Amino acid sequence: MTASVAPTDPEDRRIWMGVLARARPERLAELMPAEPDENPVILRQPEIGTVMVQGRIGASGGPFNLGEMTVTRCTLRLQSGVVGHAHVQGRSKDHARRAALVDALMQTDRAAQLRRDVLEPLAQEEADRRRARAEKAAATKVEFFTLVRGEDR
Amino acid sequence: MYVAVKGGERAIKNAHALLAEDRRGDTGVPELSVAQIREQLRLAVNRVMAEGSLFDPDLAALAIKQARGDLIEAVFLIRAYRTTLPRFGSSRPVDTGAMACSRRISATFKDAPGGQILGPTFDYTHRLLDFRLAAEGQDLPKPATADPVAGPVPHITSFLNREGMIETDRPGDELPPDLTREPMELPAARALRLQAITRGDEGFILSLAYSTQRGYGRTHAFVGELRIGTVAVELDIPELGFAVEIGEVELTECETVNQFTGSKTEPPQFTRGYGLVFGQTERKAIAMSLVDRALRWKELGEDDTGAPAQDEEFVLMHADNVQATGFLEHIKLPHYVDFQSELELVRKLRAEGAAQRPEAAE
Repeated sequence: MTASVAPTDPEDRRIWMGVLARARPERLAELMPAEPDENPVILRQPEIGTVMVQGRIGASGGPFNLGEMTVTRCTLRLQSGVVGHAHVQGRSKDHARRAALVDALMQTDRAAQLRRDVLEPLAQEEADRRRARAEKAAATKVEFFTLVRGEDR
Repeated sequence: MYVAVKGGERAIKNAHALLAEDRRGDTGVPELSVAQIREQLRLAVNRVMAEGSLFDPDLAALAIKQARGDLIEAVFLIRAYRTTLPRFGSSRPVDTGAMACSRRISATFKDAPGGQILGPTFDYTHRLLDFRLAAEGQDLPKPATADPVAGPVPHITSFLNREGMIETDRPGDELPPDLTREPMELPAARALRLQAITRGDEGFILSLAYSTQRGYGRTHAFVGELRIGTVAVELDIPELGFAVEIGEVELTECETVNQFTGSKTEPPQFTRGYGLVFGQTERKAIAMSLVDRALRWKELGEDDTGAPAQDEEFVLMHADNVQATGFLEHIKLPHYVDFQSELELVRKLRAEGAAQRPEAAE
């Protein structure tokens, strides 16, 4: 039978939802190949839409509309009544459904297993990608030096 | 006399089949995949996302393939697709101070904290054609690595702020106007101008910015900072009662530092122009910040020199290349009836003229 409901820290949930949203859809599918037999009720079918991204005038002033990005959302409910929710970047309905399912299951006693098998690998791979990019950028940092001038001799 | 006729259907169908064949080109050459365009023509993808006003690299790459590399046609396709999607909401304003920078330079402060990071730039290349790229399967040079700067990289203009040497923007969280929802009304708030410029045609914005440098609305701009990198996008989810990250976008941000002599109420200080554009699009971001600054003449009590870049209506009403190309290109479509009436009119005028000049008839 399905797992029982565990109390969830909103900050913790905010973080895992971010990891799921930023994950590459193929990678999430790899880490979660078979759908666990939860048989969730789909409350909101995966739907493709957009979100208007805002910037700030001068980086710190009032907001302005920069342009939209594609987003897919999905909401589902486990048999136990736990609701899972996802808003993920891009147009993959499969990604949104999987992310919503993980979000729901993370609120049950399957949390530890999913954290180990899905969320931690995703977060680690993302951190590695970012670090690799930052290291390559850092190597392009200019190291200024001053030439010896006549008056220094 | 003109009689309406039909009969274009077969010609149109055959023209589109011919278009599809020409799009494919020589079938002896392997077909280009959307993923190849996304990865290897990334700056074209970025331009289509910026001017199409929709961040989705796969869609932009598909549009470029379909448009045979005609970027304005690709922007048109993206804009059209966008209208079919529901909008779920607006993000929180992105925090470019927390950007993961792959490039960050300043033309004003050599020793800015965080350093000058060149990133993947065309600057300092010799602009000589590299024939090695014409040969496939060559070895890639392996980029060097170094320890990255820990923590966020502060905006360089914040150092000038400390001395009160530069104007500060008033933070706020009011809902900005949206030209995709309501028709643009003039005079426009700065927020609306920035939206129009960031999705405006790169060539048009570049030329306007260049015109200010040549003296048509001069603003003496320095690039205080140019940064390129990724920022997180956060959306408030009403069902949850908190904001979650829904993804990340690559942006280019340019802040210019411009001269200002002061006014009755303000001491002499520097002013700012601002550019923020989807993707690695630095020419556009620099140009945007110059045009933004030029359009602020009224707010800063500067003279209207009659320069095009100072004319808000001229800039905002002509920046959109989808609107522009739609109106421009429609004149090639059938105007048989319009032209027939013009023809009749000219014939009539000529006949009247001939009747009033009997000597010409002799």
